[in-house]
Amino acid sequence: MAPLHYYLILSAVLFAIGVAGVIIRRNLIVILMSIELMLNAVNLTFIAFSRYLGSMEGQVIVFFVMTVAAAEAVIGLAIIISVFRHRQTLDPDEMQLLKW
Amino acid sequence: MASAEIFFFILAGLSTVSSLLVIFQRNVVRSAMALVATLFLIAVLFLTLEAPMVGFLQILVYAGAIMVLFLFVIMLLNPTVLERRQMFWWGFGSLTALLLIMEIVFLISNSLRTGGPGASLKESFGSPESLAQSLFTDFVLPFEIASVLLLVAIVGAVVLAKREA
Repeated sequence: MAPLHYYLILSAVLFAIGVAGVIIRRNLIVILMSIELMLNAVNLTFIAFSRYLGSMEGQVIVFFVMTVAAAEAVIGLAIIISVFRHRQTLDPDEMQLLKW
Repeated sequence: MASAEIFFFILAGLSTVSSLLVIFQRNVVRSAMALVATLFLIAVLFLTLEAPMVGFLQILVYAGAIMVLFLFVIMLLNPTVLERRQMFWWGFGSLTALLLIMEIVFLISNSLRTGGPGASLKESFGSPESLAQSLFTDFVLPFEIASVLLLVAIVGAVVLAKREA
């Protein structure tokens, strides 16, 4: 395997790209996809440490992260569909009814 | 340089480029396809880390099921308006990402300079058997909670996306 810190730095870069996506984009679907990207970056860290320490726990945690990510994507997309039905837009700047 | 490192650098470069495409493509379908490519590359990285089971699950669940769901929603809603560019948020987001990368690289290079090959592994490391062994003994309660979570997600999605009668 390549040295551990290579994987850690790659996963930091992917996570930062996901953060930038959430901040930059003004489209709910792309924001949700950036969140998936961040979750994957974290998964990469888990797997790298699991290989480095020789323990299976990291892989089991990745399994649970995938479950949570699937649930999050399903609920997020359902919310997006129902918001789009009311507003005909995917721009989060237009959704400010609850803003004080 | 060892061949494992060259392979890693190829994968790392490709996955960085494709994840940048995810956030800089203005067309939503194209950024979804770029995300599929990124997830595949991360699955290959999992394979290089002796985690074949998780790698295949990644391809099946993420690149398969979740991304198909995303594409279905994109095509169902068919958002024709391209979003406008906002220079302020563009700069702010890039700056935040750069700061985050610099911070983490600084932390890692201070605390962890490990070039070693890692722990020696048992023959069965990463196999479906050892994953299941761990999952159904030490992690059986989280496993059950995860199944309840999935049930809640199914019911919630149906209720939320249902057309009001």
